[in-house]
This record gives sequence, C-alpha cells and structure tokens, in this order.
Amino acid sequence: MTTILQPDHATIPGVSKPVTSRAARRVHGLSDRTIAWLFVAPTIALLLAINIFPLIWMIRLSFTNLNLSMSYLPLRFVGLDNFRDILTDEDVWFRLQTTAQFVISSVALQVVVGFGLALLINRQFRGHSFWTTIILLPMMLSPAVVGNFWTLLLQPQIGPFNYLISLFTGAPPSSFSMTGQVALAPWTIVLVDTWMWAPYVMLICLAGLRSIPDYIYEAAEVDRASAWRQFWSITLPMTVPFLMLAVLFRAIENFKMFDMVNLLTSGGPGSTTELVSISLKRAAFEKWRTGYSSALAIILFVTVFGAANIYVKTLNKVKQR
Amino acid sequence: MSSSMVAKGHVARWFRRGPWESIAMTLIGGGIIMLVQPWSIDLYSYSFVTILAGTVGFVVVSHFPE
Repeated sequence: MTTILQPDHATIPGVSKPVTSRAARRVHGLSDRTIAWLFVAPTIALLLAINIFPLIWMIRLSFTNLNLSMSYLPLRFVGLDNFRDILTDEDVWFRLQTTAQFVISSVALQVVVGFGLALLINRQFRGHSFWTTIILLPMMLSPAVVGNFWTLLLQPQIGPFNYLISLFTGAPPSSFSMTGQVALAPWTIVLVDTWMWAPYVMLICLAGLRSIPDYIYEAAEVDRASAWRQFWSITLPMTVPFLMLAVLFRAIENFKMFDMVNLLTSGGPGSTTELVSISLKRAAFEKWRTGYSSALAIILFVTVFGAANIYVKTLNKVKQR
Repeated sequence: MSSSMVAKGHVARWFRRGPWESIAMTLIGGGIIMLVQPWSIDLYSYSFVTILAGTVGFVVVSHFPE
C-alpha cells in the first residue's frame, strides 16, 4: 500500500506554515472586494459628479426664486410656489399638449412604418443585407446632423424636398415652407422623426418576428390558413409585446425630444412646434428663470422616470416570454 | 396555528408585488394622461401629484415579495 505523506511545513525548518487564503489576501495585498471597489470607484465618482449631484442641486433650486439674470438678489426659499405656478400655467399645459400630439403622431407612424419594414426585411431576398443596412442608416446619425441636413432639404428655394412635392402637386417649390407654415411645421417634425426612428422600431419588430417558431406557420399551412389569417392570428399577436416595447421606448424618447426639433423649427412658427423641452430651455436660458425651470425639469424627470418604470416592467415581461 | 403565523399570512396575502405594481403603474399612466389631456386644467394641476405617488409607490412595492 502506498501512503501519500502530506508535507508538514511546520516541521520543516525554514518553511513557514501556509496561511489561509483569506489571511493571505489581508497580509500580502488587497482583498478581492477592495480591488473590485477600486475599479468601480472612478465610475461611481463620475456618476455622482455629473448625474446625481446636478440632480440634487436642481431639486434644491426648484424650491428657490433664483433668476440668473438677477443673481445679485438674495436667494429666497419659495417652497412649492414654482410647482404651483407651472401646474396652473396654461402655456405650459398647451406645450405639454403639443408634445403629446407630437409623441402620438410620430410613434403611431413609426410603428406602422417600422412594422411594415420588418415584415419586408423578414423575407429572404436578393440584396437583403444591403437594404437592411441602408434602412438602418438614419438611426445611426446624430439628431444634430439630421436636423441640419433636413433643414437644407426643406429649404423652399434650394431644397430638393419642395421640388419633389411640386412634381406631384404642381405647386411652385418656393410657394410653401415645410418648417415655416403653421399647418405644415408639426407634420414636418413628425416626418423627420419617423424617417430617423422607424428603423429602430423595425429592428425591435424584426426580433419579435424572428422569435416566432416556424412550426406554428407550418401547422397553419396544414390547416389551410390564408396568409391574411396567419398574419392576424399568429404574426400580430406574437409580435405585440415587442411592439409595446417599441411604443414605450419611442414615447419616452419623443417626450424628451429637443435637439432635432430645436434645429428644424426652434419651436416655430410662433409656438406651433414648441415642445415642453424647448419651453424649458427658453425658461432656463432665455428668461433665466432658474428656479422655475428647475421645477419644470423635475416634473418632466418624474414623468419620464415613471414611464421608464413601466417600460422596464414590460421589458421583463417580454424577456420572460 | 399561532397568532403571529396568522398575522404573517395576512401580511403575505396583502403585500404581494403583482397587484400593487399594477396599481402603481395605473397611477403613473393615469397621471401622464392627466398631464397632457386638453380638457380640464384641474386634472392637469393634480397630474404631477398623481405621477409622483405612482412612481414612489412603484419603487416601494417593487421590494414586496412575489
């Protein structure tokens, strides 16, 4: 019989007794936990500095009468006055309605266009990858870039968009301005936003369509279900959770929409396309009503945060599916 | 069955995450509709309180057991 002898360090001269791994970590270096904290600490510090601190500062300012154009005046605590002013102000109420109209129109159009594109892209055809890339291009652009080049495209004198419309309608190209007319400007921002974000809805819908197992369609074929019947009984019901996800995400994003609309119309003509985010910018950086605008920002933040909670809940439901 | 077990049973039955989350989400959704509806400024005035109650409620009830 072979006996394996364990070396006894304590009995060998010059070799110290092995210490436990925990003790080794403590004695010879930093613990795993400390190292983990060291790696995470810069990120947490950055997050606190650029996200949490301004948020807390803004909450504090929302209870004050701070006006940066008169910053020599003493800062006075006004309690909930700013919130009361906003929640009884008809102008802000109208701006929120304009925002809601923009959100509903653009999201509805994006869902229809995005779902249609997803149905097309879901079929295998020649040049499939090429067309998918082309369709996804607008989504990859910065809203500032999109705003600038659509401003050029929509120029009444030199923009090709007006010429294209004149081909179909016969109206002279310079006789109408897509961003300058009250009747057209709201539809212009909806059009540009749809052009940019319908591909994103398409991607989400495509994920939904690809998650439907083939055997369901095969069973429907066996039962001689028509393509129309298959769409209404299989495709649409099984894609609805993904559509819900797209609707919620786009609604939250469009509620906060600022950059693209600011570049395209700056809220004009008049205040036709003045979304609440543009109203907020005007209150903060044109009228310099810092306390008031902080309170408005908090109202918008809580609204978006609440909607985001619903979004995350829906996302988890889709994941469990 | 001891009284403490009965009390725990009551707590477990009442403080389940699912229904409370639904209530909180309804409050948030209702608040957002109140915020952007074009009919009544009174509804608009109470919208923020409703959204805030729903959001804070959601954060609290999401810690309830399933």
